[in-house]
Amino acid sequence: MNLLKGTVAGLAMAAGLAASAQAAELSGTLKIFSDMSNPAPRAVMEKLASDFDALHPDLTVELTVIDREAYKTQIRNFLTANAPDVANWYAANRMRPYVSAGLFEDVSDLWAEPEIADNLASTKGAMTLDGKQWGVPYTYYQWGVYYREDIYNELGLEEPKDWETFKANCQKILDSGKKCFTIGTKFLWTAGGWFDYLNMRTNGYDFHMALTNGEVEWTDERVRQTFANWRELIDMGAFIDNHQSYSWQEALPFMVNGEAAAYLMGNFAVAPLREAGLSDEQLDFYQFPVINPDVELAEDAPTDTFHIPAAAENKEAAREFLRYVVSADVQTAINAGDALGQLPVNASSSVDDDEMLNQGFEMLSSNSPGGIAQFFDRDAPAEMASVAMEGFQEFMVFPDNLDDILNRLEKARQRIY
Amino acid sequence: MADITTSLNEAPPGWIRRNRQTLAPVLFLLPGVLFFLFYVIFPILQSFNLSFYRWDGLGEPVYVGMENYAELLDDRAFEVSMWNNAKWLLLYLLAIPAGLGIALFLNQNVVGIRLYKSLFFFPFVISQVVVGLVFSWFYDPTFGFLNQILGFFGLGTLNVLGDPTLVTYGIIVAGLWPQTAYCMILYLTGLNAVDPEQVEAARLDGAKGFKMLWYVIIPQLRPATFIAFVVTIIGALRSFDLISIMTNGGPFGSSRVLSFYMFEKALSEYGFRMGYGAAIAVVLFLIMLLFIAYFLWSMYQEEKGGR
Repeated sequence: MNLLKGTVAGLAMAAGLAASAQAAELSGTLKIFSDMSNPAPRAVMEKLASDFDALHPDLTVELTVIDREAYKTQIRNFLTANAPDVANWYAANRMRPYVSAGLFEDVSDLWAEPEIADNLASTKGAMTLDGKQWGVPYTYYQWGVYYREDIYNELGLEEPKDWETFKANCQKILDSGKKCFTIGTKFLWTAGGWFDYLNMRTNGYDFHMALTNGEVEWTDERVRQTFANWRELIDMGAFIDNHQSYSWQEALPFMVNGEAAAYLMGNFAVAPLREAGLSDEQLDFYQFPVINPDVELAEDAPTDTFHIPAAAENKEAAREFLRYVVSADVQTAINAGDALGQLPVNASSSVDDDEMLNQGFEMLSSNSPGGIAQFFDRDAPAEMASVAMEGFQEFMVFPDNLDDILNRLEKARQRIY
Repeated sequence: MADITTSLNEAPPGWIRRNRQTLAPVLFLLPGVLFFLFYVIFPILQSFNLSFYRWDGLGEPVYVGMENYAELLDDRAFEVSMWNNAKWLLLYLLAIPAGLGIALFLNQNVVGIRLYKSLFFFPFVISQVVVGLVFSWFYDPTFGFLNQILGFFGLGTLNVLGDPTLVTYGIIVAGLWPQTAYCMILYLTGLNAVDPEQVEAARLDGAKGFKMLWYVIIPQLRPATFIAFVVTIIGALRSFDLISIMTNGGPFGSSRVLSFYMFEKALSEYGFRMGYGAAIAVVLFLIMLLFIAYFLWSMYQEEKGGR
């Protein structure tokens, strides 16, 4: 109930602000295409649209929600043929095809406004390509190790801070007849998460960016070091068997049933784990531990975004909508536990009182000095990502194929960049 | 209409009337031909053309000549897909003898035979997606029925869909289930047309068992066999949905076939290499063309023989 009041108050404030600015004159139609098709995000998006509509009496907001997977191909058509005024997408290199084809509007002017420049500084890098900003973020979420607190307690384990403890913990879990980590690599990207963390802990954030930008050879000694660390875990038998046959959802029961003790995942895994019956006493979170003490900690925190297509008709209203979405109160409301359940991008927003969200927010705001990466398949070009993640999966099943895999990736790198 | 009636009354027959022997077939063919041109022929030509370009579906296509094809020669994923296509083509044909066997078995008059026939035909009626899901549960390495059986006999577990050497065979088995049902129904209708007099005559001459089947029944089933062969070959080359549902091409691309690889390269989330996808499509088209040419040729021979 409190939250509802908060939202209403926020709306009133936003309305007050808008009335004083030029925004009151907005008119016409604002067409929004959204990929927030899962039930909870859909409710959030519908509320955003209707609230914004109510704020501007002369403006009609038309919202079209498209299935999240189908959206990924449809966006190519509607950006060219039938552009809305606002569209969802993802940050970093995922924007590249549309930015280079001139289909996204440059919104650097919004980022120059103090309201956004000051409060959204942490995600500015992810929205920047070629020195300009191409959209605004509306939510992001942390990655890290979600683990069974009760199993750790039973075995007398602590949250590991360094690689040695991490491995020692894992050995104890294995000795107790369980697996350390569940994972389902059928759709490949989950293996990308492991690679990202091992690579950023071994070689650091800058190396991650250089590698995904194609500036480093895949056969480089530093890349091999990342895989050598990964191999230590694989040779221990840390991961569940047959992970190549499961999707990430199908890998959840192993953790729920206590056959595996932890899951390296994004925060979106928490909701299904809780629904499956894990209580707050059974579920906890820790930051991926230090491997190489010489590199600063860096995290994956994929950001979802709003953009204005270059062919939009009502760009003024669209800009106002972007301002509205990133404003502190709206950010607090839409990222709350009963809405998106993720982290607000606005530094002045408050994080909902949730064990995981608090830890994630703490980690990203104060314990990630190296930088915040998007994710392997968002930082690397799509083509490189698909070839590489296929290689990661193969490595997890047949670690002996490493040389062959790296040569293949290097060949792909030379062709793609 | 009005024009035609007036022209009928005039002394010299009009142009339409003089040419109606030619016009009528042309007019009747026109809609079909137009659809065929716009939905089949032109897209094929466009694909050929596109395969010489590099294009991400958004910007301007760049002409690259034979570069896409040169890359195909060097692409291991393409090679794997080709081999898998060959496995599909060869092993999918097992559906024909299997379908014939079931059809012979079901071709008798007992109470409730219609129900049994429907049950055997059932897998062909349900969607391929359902077949794929049922089989992926069957193969599931932890809970699957297959591993329950293997475990009962103490044979350990087998992760069919996670093993790069087994995965394609596993999917083909799933595909054979509905395809066998299809061939069965073709043979069942074929068996209805078998001439009982010939069977009687053969029996008088002392033919029975396998000899009867081989020399009397099967030759009479030739039209059914031909159709079964055609649909099975086409089915094998179109094998897409099962792969997409059961493994998504994995593990690490070892269950891809050409059609799936083309989709991945051209249209999937990480794809949008339209030119490269078109080059794969051209190769697949050429392979299909071999079979299509053969089918057309043998149908032509049949027609000629019939006259």
